[in-house]
Amino acid sequence: MPLEFRDPARAAALRDALARATARVGRERVSLMHVCGSHEQAIAKFGLRAAFPPALDVIMGPGCPVCVTDQPEIDEAVALAAQGVRIATYGDMVRVPGTAGSLADAQARGARIDVVYSVAQAVEIARATTEPFVFFATGFETTAVATAAVLIGGVPPNFSVLSAHKYIPPVMEIVAEMPGTRVEGFLAAGHAATITGSATFEPFVERHALPVVVAGFEPLDILAALVKLVELVGRGEAAVVNMFPRCVTREGNVNAQRQLWTVFEPIGGRWRGIAHVPNGNLRLRDAWAAVDARRRFTIDAASLWRQAPSSLVRQCICGHIMAGIASPADCALFGAACVPDSPVGACMVSSEGTCRIWHEYGGVPDLRGAACPS
Amino acid sequence: MCLGVPGLVVEIDELTATVDFWGVRRRVRLDLADEPVAVGDYVLNHVGFAIRRIPPADVETTLALYEQLLKEANADLMAADVRGEIDAS
Repeated sequence: MPLEFRDPARAAALRDALARATARVGRERVSLMHVCGSHEQAIAKFGLRAAFPPALDVIMGPGCPVCVTDQPEIDEAVALAAQGVRIATYGDMVRVPGTAGSLADAQARGARIDVVYSVAQAVEIARATTEPFVFFATGFETTAVATAAVLIGGVPPNFSVLSAHKYIPPVMEIVAEMPGTRVEGFLAAGHAATITGSATFEPFVERHALPVVVAGFEPLDILAALVKLVELVGRGEAAVVNMFPRCVTREGNVNAQRQLWTVFEPIGGRWRGIAHVPNGNLRLRDAWAAVDARRRFTIDAASLWRQAPSSLVRQCICGHIMAGIASPADCALFGAACVPDSPVGACMVSSEGTCRIWHEYGGVPDLRGAACPS
Repeated sequence: MCLGVPGLVVEIDELTATVDFWGVRRRVRLDLADEPVAVGDYVLNHVGFAIRRIPPADVETTLALYEQLLKEANADLMAADVRGEIDAS
């Protein structure tokens, strides 16, 4: 039985609708941005860019949580590990280079590093030991809610959190204002909006007069959402439209949001390669100071900064790619000096990074005019 | 990753559930769920937490989508992320 979401006839109809909507905008170029690694995986895997009209650009913005974690944040984890603190974190974070190496390098020098799939697993490991134990907490609000839940649920006394959590709506504001990017509308990630609700984008839409469409992850979900987004651009209509109603409501998961904001507060901070993002980071509130690694330990990350990054790292354009002003094809390192087995930059480490995804699925999708994917 | 993975709740012990993912049983925390969850419900899970009770009418479609995804290719990045979500539990 062919799946409704993979139906070739529907795909062809949506491709035609996308072409018509783009033509109606009547401009040489229409630039849209999505902010989700899973969207880029689906777009690249199914060759969707081949189905886009030539005037339509769909670029991946800062939607890879591993990639946007800033080097000084990784340095803090590496410094803590070097100070003898046992560190747990999500898999890809171990390989992302900081200023002076990655957590994997620290592990090779004898540091205790645990890779976990869930913060709940980290709490269990901490419970079985008396060593000082820090969870290096990365990811967007979808992952931050889990960190919040374990803290509210209770953690052992040796457990604390080094928060590098980031909050997506504020970075959309920065990217929307970047002169080089010229984004005319955003595709928002369906499952993140499952938690935050589509209403989370309403203040952004009001302030920037740009449309936001919440999209699912199947190829036809994405095509249908793009048709809607281009229609909104063409009409000059700034609105939030939910094209993923089977998962997303306007209010979202209120229980999870309450826990998120009980534990965290937004604070300005740097995103790798992008900029300082006002309200873009999530910091533990003062009531949770006892489990905040930054307040519990003196973290000497500055000692790492005396070591200059390697010349390859200096050539990495990951930041420009996440800001939407370059693509992996513009990078001299892509696929040559920088490959998944020996990544130079974070965008090649993570399965949600643009470079890793393009490397996996054949790189530059120069298939315009080819048959519509089914 | 923000894709999540659906599974069937087979047992509940206060705020932790045993969830069946295509025969693989894992422990999932229920404290982030959007509404009360009972044995027999399907939930969408992310990093070891149920984040949404899947409405019964949507279960069949949701499972079919993931089954398609998982059988496509072993090396596929999305399928690998979904398997990571199962391991998170």
